[in-house]
Amino acid sequence: MERLLGNPRAVLVLLGPALLVYSLVMLIPIVWSLVYTVYEGNAVSGFEFVGIDNFVRFFNDPTALEAVGFTIRYALILTVLQVVVGYALALLYVFYLKKASSLVRTLVFFPVILPTVAVALLFRRFFEAAPTEGPINSIMEFVGLSTFDWFGQPDASFWVIIMMDLWRSMGFYAVLLYAGVVEIPEDIIESARIDGAAGWRLVRHIILPLSLPVLLSATIFSINGTLKVFDSVVALTNGGPGTSTTPLTVYMFQTSFSFGQYGYGSTVALMLTVMCLLVTIFIFRASRRDLTRNEK
Amino acid sequence: MITARRARRRNLSIVAAVGVGVIALTGCSGGGASSSKEFTYLGQTQNTAISGTLDILAKDQCAAAEKAAPLKADAIDGTTWDQQLQLLAGQDALSDMSMAGGTPSLMQEFIDSGKVLNLSETFEKEGLEGRVLPAAESTIKALYGGGDLYALPTEFNIEGFWYNKQLLADNGIEAPVTWDDLVDAAATLDANGVQPFVAAGKDGWPITRLVGDYIARDLGPDALQKVADGDASLTDPEYVAAADAVAELGTEGYFGPAAGSIDYNTALNQFLTGGGAFFYMGSWALAAFNDPEQNKIGVDNIGFAPFPAVEGGAGSIDQVPANVGIPVMFTEKGYDDDVAQWLDCVTANYGDVALNEFGQVTGFVVNNPPADQPALTQEVQDIIADAPSSVLWFEAAFTPEATSVSQKNGGGLASGTLTGEAFMKLVQDANN
Repeated sequence: MERLLGNPRAVLVLLGPALLVYSLVMLIPIVWSLVYTVYEGNAVSGFEFVGIDNFVRFFNDPTALEAVGFTIRYALILTVLQVVVGYALALLYVFYLKKASSLVRTLVFFPVILPTVAVALLFRRFFEAAPTEGPINSIMEFVGLSTFDWFGQPDASFWVIIMMDLWRSMGFYAVLLYAGVVEIPEDIIESARIDGAAGWRLVRHIILPLSLPVLLSATIFSINGTLKVFDSVVALTNGGPGTSTTPLTVYMFQTSFSFGQYGYGSTVALMLTVMCLLVTIFIFRASRRDLTRNEK
Repeated sequence: MITARRARRRNLSIVAAVGVGVIALTGCSGGGASSSKEFTYLGQTQNTAISGTLDILAKDQCAAAEKAAPLKADAIDGTTWDQQLQLLAGQDALSDMSMAGGTPSLMQEFIDSGKVLNLSETFEKEGLEGRVLPAAESTIKALYGGGDLYALPTEFNIEGFWYNKQLLADNGIEAPVTWDDLVDAAATLDANGVQPFVAAGKDGWPITRLVGDYIARDLGPDALQKVADGDASLTDPEYVAAADAVAELGTEGYFGPAAGSIDYNTALNQFLTGGGAFFYMGSWALAAFNDPEQNKIGVDNIGFAPFPAVEGGAGSIDQVPANVGIPVMFTEKGYDDDVAQWLDCVTANYGDVALNEFGQVTGFVVNNPPADQPALTQEVQDIIADAPSSVLWFEAAFTPEATSVSQKNGGGLASGTLTGEAFMKLVQDANN
């Protein structure tokens, strides 16, 4: 094996095809997109070099800044909810339901496998105000409240998206974190119990520190996934009402393909990439600092 | 031990495999280019009237053109029409004839880059003048600027308030002539438990049309062009007043309790089942009005009121808000003798076939109108014939971005969640 991998020609044959496809569909478009950030125009009108104009425009564009605001708000709130609810479910599986958890796990995981558009249609019907009233508005009317146009109000639309995405993804995070929690050695938990730790104290001082690595992975998964949200927003609100629920990804798509501004769209994409990178670095650094403090 | 020869052969086979892969991948990007032996047409799946009319023409009046270059009609989804058209244009793969770009500024790009056939010059060269109605021709010219014709009006629509005669009569209301009349009528209807306006707030444009029409009536028909040219701003107080006037209707709840969630079909159905008194819409809705399956209030119960005048305004109620739907364009690249034969035949016969077979009012001269037209359709045709001039809609001269922002936020005016000033600022910022 060592001789085979020491042969550059063999390495080329093994890696070549995958590298070629990867370069064609990933690396070249990424570099291409980077180059577009200093150009403006499209395939019809042609491209013009504009230097850093696209970046200046980005920081002066109220719609782009609103999209950044929405993206950050959405990512932070949903990440916290996904990880907290997922962790709570994982603890529920391991410590309360134990061996009987498989049915609940399956049920909670079920929305993960549903197509996003189907889930969005389901939630649209749930919260619908017109042409027919959805179940939520019917219940509100039943208890004496008036009908509410959930998708006509920016804040209400935001919380419906959060609710939908949480329902859709909490099963995944529950399983991910369950895998981490279930790996904690039984004897450590047992000895902690003998020492008198139970309930919240057991979780706070034993379970939580020992499941930090998987919590960190889940947080990074979640924050990067939520920063790049696209399909659920498009299917549920299409960024509306107005542009109040438009994340950067949807704005990037609109500027590039609806408005024909490939350069500016690429700039928005680059900004989103930088944002994902900064958040990931921040989480890594924060977790490293935390660990050092614990060691002391 | 691998000999040099075997190694060379292996290298060759790798190069060959990579080459085949690259060719296969590049093959994916091809296609769509028009063949000289076919007359290709590309439309939207949502619009069956154009391809249906072309099919009938191919079998009858255009049989000779069909023989020379058979029609090959194709359709793709219209919701991302401009994006797909832009990609096709970028690859130089536009069909010989296709529905035009939905945004006038995209058409302007096509015109500037020489993709679209100049029909004014072609008509003169081929002797086809006089086949397009002057009002429709002037609307298209105003839409794309430049003074030449670049698209054919396969639709010609006027817009205004359609009203439920019964509901107005029951509440002692006459068809409004001024904006104040309209607001008073809405207040009376609302007080009597009738929803004054039915509108597709979710789609946005039926609301922004009201803003545009108010501006045309108040500041004159060229007021929006001044904004496009940079001589005025939507945030100027006189422009904001128009959006405020519409927003006020939304704040009062005159568009119903969930105006931001109503789409076009729902709004149409609501009006045709007596769910509201006034419905601002284009004359394309006549097809639904004339269909007893859809229209439960009766076609005789529907009246048409032009957008009312604004007292003391520079515009006139005679200036009819008009549009040509999405017209069709011909490509410069695909134009040859075979396509010229099709162009001749389409311009000569399209108006007759579309009106007789699909009830579609077009911007072509009609030589053989149907014998028994519904009264409302006849009224619309008379208004078109008598209109001294037309005005374009709110976003007609704006950038694609401003159009999108305007239509996305229009619903906010109807649901009362957006002030006129905030709306105009959003659109102006996007148009800069």
